[in-house]
Amino acid sequence: MLQGHQSWVFKTPPAVLSSAAVGGPFEARGALAEDFDLLHDDLYMGESSFEKAERKMLEEACSKALEKAGRKKEEVNFFLSGDLINQIISSSFAARTLSIPYLGIFAACSSSMEGLALASLLVDSGAAQLALTATSSHNGAVEKQFRYPTEYGAQKPPTAQWTVTGAGAALIGREGAGPKITAATIGRVVDMGISDPYNLGTAMAPAAVDTLQAHFRDLGFDPSRYDLIVTGDLGRVGHQIAYDLLIKKGLEIPADKFVDCGLLIYREEQPVMAGGSGCACSATVTYGHLFNRLRRGELQRLLVVATGALLSPLSYQQKESIPCIAHAVAIES
Amino acid sequence: MSKGKKKKLTPVQREYQAFAAQREPRRPLLTNCLRAFLVGGIICTIGQGFQWFYTTYFNFDRVTAGSPTAASMIIIAVLLTGLGVYDHIAQWGGGGTIVPVTGFANTLASAAIEHRSEGFVLGVGGNMFKIAGPVITFGVFAAFVIGTITVLIKTVGGM
Repeated sequence: MLQGHQSWVFKTPPAVLSSAAVGGPFEARGALAEDFDLLHDDLYMGESSFEKAERKMLEEACSKALEKAGRKKEEVNFFLSGDLINQIISSSFAARTLSIPYLGIFAACSSSMEGLALASLLVDSGAAQLALTATSSHNGAVEKQFRYPTEYGAQKPPTAQWTVTGAGAALIGREGAGPKITAATIGRVVDMGISDPYNLGTAMAPAAVDTLQAHFRDLGFDPSRYDLIVTGDLGRVGHQIAYDLLIKKGLEIPADKFVDCGLLIYREEQPVMAGGSGCACSATVTYGHLFNRLRRGELQRLLVVATGALLSPLSYQQKESIPCIAHAVAIES
Repeated sequence: MSKGKKKKLTPVQREYQAFAAQREPRRPLLTNCLRAFLVGGIICTIGQGFQWFYTTYFNFDRVTAGSPTAASMIIIAVLLTGLGVYDHIAQWGGGGTIVPVTGFANTLASAAIEHRSEGFVLGVGGNMFKIAGPVITFGVFAAFVIGTITVLIKTVGGM
């Protein structure tokens, strides 16, 4: 249970019974296309709006995860989900379809790991037998809400990131085969005064570093325990800053063991500026690619630190800086 | 960032921002300027071509040809926006695609397409001028101020 100041160590590590990742057309051309369970060739996915398309992906990821584990939705005790759309409508509307008792969460792009940590806590504490956690994001819906219309010709700077269109879901159970969730560290909000919404990697890097420091301090490990330490969506700029900042703080992680979901998901030649971002970035890469590697035995111990920028369209118009957060979850095969 | 804002930062925030600034790629200013010059120039040359076309083959003079020329450029920009091409040209060409009339057409068309899902009144009607609105508001206001000054100078100076 509670270890140190802000970490949980699970006594009977809950198992990831199944996980699923759904992606959009841009992700289908990305570097991890093979690790997606379902890929759409159109941004609208046969729906009449980007928001409905996002909800569809979230529902598909959930039903795919249930199908892979051979479970019915009636067996699931709780559904934990979050997304980036105002009032987390994608999650709540998907919960309406699923009709599983629902806890809506919001931690921006770190919702994936907040959901996974809470689902594991529910299962480990005996509050649930089966918990389903999922997150989603949609490039068009996010651009529309946070920035400009998708077809508007505004030049983006090299520090900007590309919101991943996709959804990821994981089914967590008390016992069963699959990777085990061993520990989680809940991050605190860190604000370094960055206010440029086109530079989220720089804004979020200190939050990732803060959570990583807390994780290793609370658990008494050093980074060599993990085969891979993965940040959520820092992108090229933020990931480099986090790497250097960790060295400065005396916590060196070897460069070959320290990667970022936002850099893994797309190919070098895809025009995504500094890399991928969004709730679905860490969710699809973790629940698809990384969990597949755990299941294949290529990785033994994995630490995912999902990062989130807790800004709103209103807060940055009012010239507020961007508060950021990061949550870490340790998964072992 | 403005000086006033920098003052409000704590020493830790200032230290981090200096640390991060060394690792952030800068906007390629010179390349952007050259590209904007090139793309903006090409767009204007196309416009010039239309003007020549309307004065040569139709009954327009250089002044009256302005309207059909602008209309043609707007139609092309709106079509390219709808086909999802204009934003890619803009990412490459930067300011070159914003300044001409085509940039204005793009702001209206892109917002209208984006908000079609909220219906014609609240969606298209309410959001079409989301980006172009401030330009019109302050453009009209600036015209009013300049107009007033012009009238004042003319009446006072022309006595």
